[in-house]
Amino acid sequence: MNKLIVSPSPHAHTQENVPRLMYGVIISMLPAFAVSIYFFGMGMIIVTAVSIFSCIAFEYLIQKYMLKVKPTHLDGSAFLTGLLLAFCLPANIPFWMIMIGAIVAIGIGKMTFGGLGNNIFNPALVGRVFLFVSFPAAMTSYPEPGQWLTYMDAVTGATPLGILKEGIGNHTATELVGQAPGYMDLFIGKMMGSAGEVAAIALLLGLGYMLVRRIITWHIPVSILGTVAVFTGFLWLINPQQFADPLFHLLTGGLMLGAIYMATDYVTSPMTKKGMLIYGVLIGILTVIIRILGAYPEGVQFAILIMNAFVPLLNKYFKPRRFGKEVQHG
Amino acid sequence: MSQIILYTIITLVAIGAVAAIILYLVAQKFKVYEDPRIDQVEEALPAANCGGCGFAGCRNFAEALVKSESFDDLFCPVGGNEVMGAVATILGREAVEQDEQVAVIRCNGTPEFRPRTNIYDGAGSCAVAHSLYTGEGGCPHGCLGEGDCVVVCDFDAIHMNPVTGLPEVIDDKCTACGACVTACPRDIIELRKKNKKDRKIFVSCINEEKGGVARKNCSVACIGCSKCFNVCPFDAITMNNNLAYIDPVKCRLCRKCVPECPTDAILEINFPPPRDKSKEKVETASETTDSGGTEKTNKNS
Amino acid sequence: MGLLTFSRGGIHPAENKISAGKKIEFAGLPEQVIIPVSQHLGAPSKVLVKKGDEVKTGQVIAESSGFVSTNIHSSVTGKVLKVDAFPDTSGYRKMAVQIQVEGDEWVEGADTGDELITSIEYTSEEIRDKILKAGIVGLGGATFPSHVKLTTPKGKKADHLLINGAECEPYLTADHALMLEKSRELAIGTKILMKGLGVDKAIIGIENNKPDAIRVMEEAVSGDPGISVQALQVKYPQGGEKQLIKAILNREVPSGGLPVDVGVVVFNVGTAYASYNAVQKNRPLIERVVTVTGKSVSNPSNFLVRIGTPASYIIEKAGGLPEDTAKVINGGPMMGKAVSNLDIPIVKGSSGILIIRKEESARDAVKPCIRCTKCVSVCPMGLEPYLLMAQAEKGMYEDLEKDKVMDCIECGSCSYTCPSSRPLLDYIRLGKAEVGKIMRSRKAV
Repeated sequence: MNKLIVSPSPHAHTQENVPRLMYGVIISMLPAFAVSIYFFGMGMIIVTAVSIFSCIAFEYLIQKYMLKVKPTHLDGSAFLTGLLLAFCLPANIPFWMIMIGAIVAIGIGKMTFGGLGNNIFNPALVGRVFLFVSFPAAMTSYPEPGQWLTYMDAVTGATPLGILKEGIGNHTATELVGQAPGYMDLFIGKMMGSAGEVAAIALLLGLGYMLVRRIITWHIPVSILGTVAVFTGFLWLINPQQFADPLFHLLTGGLMLGAIYMATDYVTSPMTKKGMLIYGVLIGILTVIIRILGAYPEGVQFAILIMNAFVPLLNKYFKPRRFGKEVQHG
Repeated sequence: MSQIILYTIITLVAIGAVAAIILYLVAQKFKVYEDPRIDQVEEALPAANCGGCGFAGCRNFAEALVKSESFDDLFCPVGGNEVMGAVATILGREAVEQDEQVAVIRCNGTPEFRPRTNIYDGAGSCAVAHSLYTGEGGCPHGCLGEGDCVVVCDFDAIHMNPVTGLPEVIDDKCTACGACVTACPRDIIELRKKNKKDRKIFVSCINEEKGGVARKNCSVACIGCSKCFNVCPFDAITMNNNLAYIDPVKCRLCRKCVPECPTDAILEINFPPPRDKSKEKVETASETTDSGGTEKTNKNS
Repeated sequence: MGLLTFSRGGIHPAENKISAGKKIEFAGLPEQVIIPVSQHLGAPSKVLVKKGDEVKTGQVIAESSGFVSTNIHSSVTGKVLKVDAFPDTSGYRKMAVQIQVEGDEWVEGADTGDELITSIEYTSEEIRDKILKAGIVGLGGATFPSHVKLTTPKGKKADHLLINGAECEPYLTADHALMLEKSRELAIGTKILMKGLGVDKAIIGIENNKPDAIRVMEEAVSGDPGISVQALQVKYPQGGEKQLIKAILNREVPSGGLPVDVGVVVFNVGTAYASYNAVQKNRPLIERVVTVTGKSVSNPSNFLVRIGTPASYIIEKAGGLPEDTAKVINGGPMMGKAVSNLDIPIVKGSSGILIIRKEESARDAVKPCIRCTKCVSVCPMGLEPYLLMAQAEKGMYEDLEKDKVMDCIECGSCSYTCPSSRPLLDYIRLGKAEVGKIMRSRKAV
């Protein structure tokens, strides 16, 4: 007879594990990836490939040679960081910038905190924001959709939110919204923007997949999108000349990508449902405030990073509802 | 241009000055008087913050030392008599000399002596394994080998030997802080008096079962036969609950008990290898294991 | 009524009820039995026999040694070989009585016939007394002495009796088989417990993966307006006392409290059946239904097993230990204990012997927590297992207590669901034990 194995209960385990969850998220991003290839062609493919490869490579190199621990570069998390980073870069960004972004994302965003599970900020967003403030020109010249065979030489233009930010004051919001692509184009992603953030419909499809597979719960995306819609809708009702309508806000910029993929990152989001709702609402409010009052046309990435810092606090003060009330022994 | 620079400098200097004044005033207002000797004593302590003295850290211990009347209950095992002497000089008190100690592992249940009959697959913690069952070897008192003692050691003085599955203490690094003693859920580790050349004689078993049961669990278990007890010329050995224990202070390292033991449960370590078995060499080369049992002298004449 | 379930947390592990539908079969008498004197929660019983004594089936061999304690009976007729410490499930030695089996002659007064006795001619005090004398404890696994549960504490009032037929543990089918075959006895047992408790409403909760049991039980209780059967959605850990009360009556047992604080007392179906035997037939608790199952077991069965029978004996009866066995579990896969020794005796709390193959058994390597919140969402008690584990590992006992570690029912849902295979419950259990010690020492002061 073989030696018996002894361990504490439970003796059963679900089929789910970390790589399966990570690759589940990646699968859910495929529709958005396909739309992006359709609009940005070769540039998107190059950016994504470089980003994923660099993230995995840097994770491997840092773990193997700097931290001297067993590399975990294939558990899917570095792949996912790379894909997310690529999704929020313009499809015409030079490849060496992507590599800088990847090393910041993995090196500073993740490994300095102790690797997967310990980072405070979403690594992909750390990389993106680093590039955004370091190379503002390259990071804000977005290629026009429909150029299949171009990479760095693509014709560029302003994003819908950029048009709004630049023009407000001289024109009314309604006029500016009219200059941007129509709602249907915004919905399918035919606009200028970061490579993966454009196609609202594909991102929503991904959200649906993740909800069905129970990879994430609805709390964060719904609370962010809902807050943005309510807040911008409120402003729009007050003064439609000054503020764009909520649908425009929902469909443009990185809001969908941020709400569905960036803010829901396991490690950097709250642990309880209550905490998630508050986190989502605050991200929504901050996003709108930055979009309307800030210097940048888009604010979702900053809003998420700011709220990431508050997650430990949310975890401390928003506990799940315990089963049963305290009994008073007397 | 130069004006901008000028204004900048003036503003910065002004902010700096105001902040300095505020800091100074606040520091004055909330100043807490502290005995300056606390700092001096803390300086003299090893700063390992290991908690071996029973206090949370060296500073708390220093405070306790300064406050205390005598050093009877206060001892820094890491610094030893030297440090306690220095502290005594600072405070103008009498140091209480204590024997230098070292941690010894009182289990010799290697796979050879105590075959592993099952595989443990739970959390890698002795405490978890101990609360679950008797362990891979089936001995309810034996080392579980998950290394809780290794994790708590602040001095890198204890390591698991992958061959024997038992921890080993590096005597030179061990400071006798006692962290491993507390961590071991089976109370296998004991602090024993350090002898010259790190020589040790101890019963490497804490099994209190009856002889037959103990022997079934492990071939080098103490079976409580009292042979060592009868031969000891110094009354250093006590018998209690089927277990022999050698008092490290009374023991004079005469080694008379060692050949008496029918199960080889008494280990002699770091002695020159003159007369007996070759097995001893192996043990000397690697490390210590130690043993003993609960005290209580058995005055059975 | 529709299907009910509890609202918070819970998981859906693969049911694997391989032995469902198997008739209860008497396992027979082994050559020797080892009957531990502590098979229940509370004080170990006091041994009354010594080496060489002749004992009869049903004879008291150890008596209750306090209020929270109970009697232990010989499950066979034979000669006491030894009163000594024997290894229990954990391998640690506990006091037990070893008996050489010579036959099966019952003590006087025990009715071993099959005739159904429907009328209950005892007062509630008599019922409680009979249940204590018969050594009845909670057969769901917690083994809390039943007479204690029947004694309502001062100032509290029970209004409902719940009979737990949820059997939410995967693989196990002992309660299921009992409900199918002994439904009428169970119904009478339920009435006995109602009378003992002084309540006029009883609800039998059964998960709807056992539709046949629901039907049979409904039939058996159809003449009694006070007893009803409630079908429940399948969800683990529905058989947990607190979850069952929440599911059926939508009441929450307070933290640190007992079910009777919300007017409910819960008994397992096995306990109800044992109560019938004890009160109507004068038969003490000396046997129980045990499921022997596993994917490689050649003859998965529900055996009626005498207490003290070695596990290896009934494993042999079920076709022997399969070649690819990796783990043998006393109980179900979620809360059962893995054993290192197959000669451990079946005790009052053993609901099954589960034999697990290698590919199902090994735990994955522990990976870092990715804070996916899955453990928090499955915890039926609304705790934060990821946090409790970290605190227990670091010895932060004050925080553990504040974060309600003592509410943990050790159902294992958190460890089951963790994608990083973290041993959450291993450490939480450790923390619970430590916090329990601290709380007790505080009370003692």
